[in-house]
Amino acid sequence: MKTIKVLGTGCSKCNVTYQNALEAVKRSGIEAEVSKIEDIMELMELNVLTTPVLMIDGVQYIKGRVADVKEIMDLIAK
Amino acid sequence: MFTWTQHLADWMIYGFFGIEKGSKLGDALNFFVFDTIKIFILLFLVTMVMGTINSYFPIDKVRHFLTKRKWYGLDYFVASVFGTITPFCSCSSVPLFVGFVKGGIPLGVTLAFLISSPLVDAVSVAMFIGMFGWKVTIVYVVSGIIISMIAGFILSKMKLENLLTDWVKNILASKQSGIQDQMEVRQSFQKRLPIIFKEAMSIVKGVSLYIVIGIAIGGAMHGFIPTNFFEQYISADNPFAVPIAVLAGVPMYSNAAGVLPVMEVLVQKGIPIGTAIAFSMAVVGLSVPEALLLKKVMTTKMLFLFFGVVTACIIVSGYLFNLIL
Repeated sequence: MKTIKVLGTGCSKCNVTYQNALEAVKRSGIEAEVSKIEDIMELMELNVLTTPVLMIDGVQYIKGRVADVKEIMDLIAK
Repeated sequence: MFTWTQHLADWMIYGFFGIEKGSKLGDALNFFVFDTIKIFILLFLVTMVMGTINSYFPIDKVRHFLTKRKWYGLDYFVASVFGTITPFCSCSSVPLFVGFVKGGIPLGVTLAFLISSPLVDAVSVAMFIGMFGWKVTIVYVVSGIIISMIAGFILSKMKLENLLTDWVKNILASKQSGIQDQMEVRQSFQKRLPIIFKEAMSIVKGVSLYIVIGIAIGGAMHGFIPTNFFEQYISADNPFAVPIAVLAGVPMYSNAAGVLPVMEVLVQKGIPIGTAIAFSMAVVGLSVPEALLLKKVMTTKMLFLFFGVVTACIIVSGYLFNLIL
């Protein structure tokens, strides 16, 4: 079971990333939980500088840009 | 470099569509076709170059770079230069601001970064090259960096730390100094290129509508407004032209893509170029939506001081531009 988190203050890019993550999980069939973190205090604790950030199992893989479905699928397949 | 584009535009409008050369409609359409092609090519090239630099110097690295040693004032310069090559979506400005200050970067240096980032970016550089040429572009970029440095420095002297909002102060007071840099993923250029390309395309796509509308308005004005039309109203010796243009530009929110094509035509029709650049800087660099976002980290008083200092610096530079250009 993987945990995928999309970190961001709720801008449109963050939402697109979130949707892409959901789609990637659906397509790859891997069991994973996708959630968003929008609270600014939590974001600061995670040292986020640019949003959105794609975090999988605690590792921030993609920062400051929208990750597309294919990219996310590759990352969760690892 | 762009002679062929002009030939293409001439052929398309005067040849293919058979619109009379020298007619108002012909001039307007020709301008539109020529400028659109030219701007999109430049925009693509500049976003690719900036994207490449940015891929090797992501924002985490910039922060690390600025915190790891003492800079003795040079950090204002470094932050402003990095601001120009680092794009960030305006919704990142709050995490970025807090992240920088929390990491130990002085408030003034953080503000310098925050000012230069929207002021000089890939889109505005590409537009300036296309509309006003290299010389004006270099003046724009250099002065954008200098304005950010000076404004950041002035603000640092105002001791604004007490004017931050409470939750930011709490974060700073708690000083969990343990900022670990996430390990950096080493990638070959071949692996980076598709990502850089994708990002560049998304920036181009994001502003394309503004560009087309901006150039369409510019084209119409180019064809239908007589040359030197504005000179009778706004001349270089009118001492109030610059501040009025800048104050009008601050609350406006647009990107360089929408403003500059119109500016190009205004300059052709007699508005002094310094006034036009200062206006563009005010539109691109400061805006109401940005103020609303920054309201989360700054008290109203600090926000006013911040906007006030930057506005003053842009006004001063507007006068200087009119003198030297």
